[in-house]
Amino acid sequence: MATLNPATDAGARAPVRKWTPERREALFGFFFISPWIFGFLVFTLGPMITSLVFGFYRTDLLQIWEVVGFKWFQAVFTDVLVRKAMFNTAYYAFIMVPLSTTLALLIAVLLNQNIKGQSFWRTVYYLPSVVAGAAVAILFKWLYQPDIGLLNSILNPILFRISDFLSLETPLVAPRWVFSQDWAMPSVIIMALWGAGGAMLIFLAGLRGIPTALYEAAKIDGAGPIRQFFSITIPLLTPTILFNVVLNIIASWQVFTQVLIMTQGGPNNATLTMVLHLYNTGFSQFRFGYASAQAWALFLAILVFVLFAIRSSSSWVQYER
Amino acid sequence: MAENTATITESVALPLQRQRHYNVGVILWRVLLYIVVLWGAVIFAIPFYWMIRTAVMPPYQVNLFPPEWIPDSINFVNFRAPFVGPFPFARWFGNSAIVSVLSSAGVVLSASFVGFGFARLRFPFRNLLFIVVLSTMMLPEHIKLIPTYLLFVQLGWINTVLPLIVPNWFAPPFHVFLMRQFFMTIPQEMDDAAKIDGCGWLGIYGRIHIPLSLPVMGVSAIYQFTFTWNDFLHPLVYLQQVDKYTVALGLRLFEGYMRSNIQDMMAAALVAVMPTIIIFFIAQRYFIQGIVMTGVKG
Repeated sequence: MATLNPATDAGARAPVRKWTPERREALFGFFFISPWIFGFLVFTLGPMITSLVFGFYRTDLLQIWEVVGFKWFQAVFTDVLVRKAMFNTAYYAFIMVPLSTTLALLIAVLLNQNIKGQSFWRTVYYLPSVVAGAAVAILFKWLYQPDIGLLNSILNPILFRISDFLSLETPLVAPRWVFSQDWAMPSVIIMALWGAGGAMLIFLAGLRGIPTALYEAAKIDGAGPIRQFFSITIPLLTPTILFNVVLNIIASWQVFTQVLIMTQGGPNNATLTMVLHLYNTGFSQFRFGYASAQAWALFLAILVFVLFAIRSSSSWVQYER
Repeated sequence: MAENTATITESVALPLQRQRHYNVGVILWRVLLYIVVLWGAVIFAIPFYWMIRTAVMPPYQVNLFPPEWIPDSINFVNFRAPFVGPFPFARWFGNSAIVSVLSSAGVVLSASFVGFGFARLRFPFRNLLFIVVLSTMMLPEHIKLIPTYLLFVQLGWINTVLPLIVPNWFAPPFHVFLMRQFFMTIPQEMDDAAKIDGCGWLGIYGRIHIPLSLPVMGVSAIYQFTFTWNDFLHPLVYLQQVDKYTVALGLRLFEGYMRSNIQDMMAAALVAVMPTIIIFFIAQRYFIQGIVMTGVKG
């Protein structure tokens, strides 16, 4: 093909020379992306397929390798504990995603109102997300301590006064947080909301990308701040909202460290999440086949919700044209 | 006369009044804004403050009820506890530092290399492969956990830092995306000019793109450092010997031991989160500008 091209006349005179610039570029292209190709095959695609294969085995990864067919994949739907873990994870994700996205957006919009000392406020709100992890979970465990923890030492006197004022027979008492079946998951969620700063920073970046001329034009047309917010800020921020929602869905469905440290899944499995359960199944009970099947079930759940968010985006995300 | 002045003052005063009314509204709104921002900031800062105040308080004051907000005196004796206790806390700290620094270095170098390839060179299947990069970005970590664990068992890498570092030297997709987005903003003319001057692809990458992309490399490095430092799941799976632990993992062991001594616990937690905070403060400006610049907005 190339020899038909008059531009490669020089190439035709020397037929041994096969390195046209295009070929050279393509070769270098593959050379540049080769680390990713290797990593993708060895650390992503390979493990994913292997994980699916493991789902058909009863295995401790050492001596036992016994084919069990679809047993684990069926068990995922009937196992009470897996269903509980799936429910808990969904509970966490469905509250966490809208709540933390809204909170992050709210803070970002407030900080974007041309306020003094913006970088100071930004740091205060962002810093908690820098220290996410074990240390934070340990700190919150202490704050949540029902008898001498900070939170209840503030809440209980307030609740006492309210009950006194309403002259209730049984005074209101603050929840026992991570020690209460009903309040353990909300406790984990409140702690996670403390790390909303990461999404806030991305929203701030998005807000900065909105041309100020639009607001000026809206002001001339007589639009008040609330109208401006819903007609300019929100529509132009929808791509950023989608980005944050997708990241948040993926992260929320994988919640692990916080529950492991704060509650170890308790009380009475109220905070047993899917990753914690599959970790226990695999690395504590050495049922790696079953754990792999659970991992795939969780993966498919995440995939469904992410695809739903992306597919639905065509109706609510506005891309600049 | 009276009627007249009334109409006059009314017609003059009306716009003025409206103006003043508008100003009052604005001022009220600003005041409200600052109150909300301040209260939010206080709520966000309290957990941190509580960690610090508990760590530096004199011991007799900590268990008072109701809790006291201000320490009578500030002492740093609790910070010695993690280091003199039965656990190799300093060693955990060192392990975390090694893992975090080497992971960040790997991510920056490999992702920038690959990102350059995707941004600047044309080769078959480029767009398809980039879509694969984007979709693996969304892939949850846990699905790869068990097979990767088996791989590292067979390589004999359990109880070493290698499983925590090596995968990061093969261009994690999030960082490839970040780099590629940045490289796309560098004008093509710069490449062309370098080509005319006889620069090869490696030269264009090394002499033009690396120097220009230092800020985004900084963003990438900080992200990865913080992530690795805080990571709990992977060390938990790969490190079983106590002296090989990272700080995040060790902190949990420490907590199981120190359950009654909340002061030492908070001091240890504070020490454990310090590096990420220090790095954030050093690189803060750089970091936030980098995020704005790379337009992570998707």
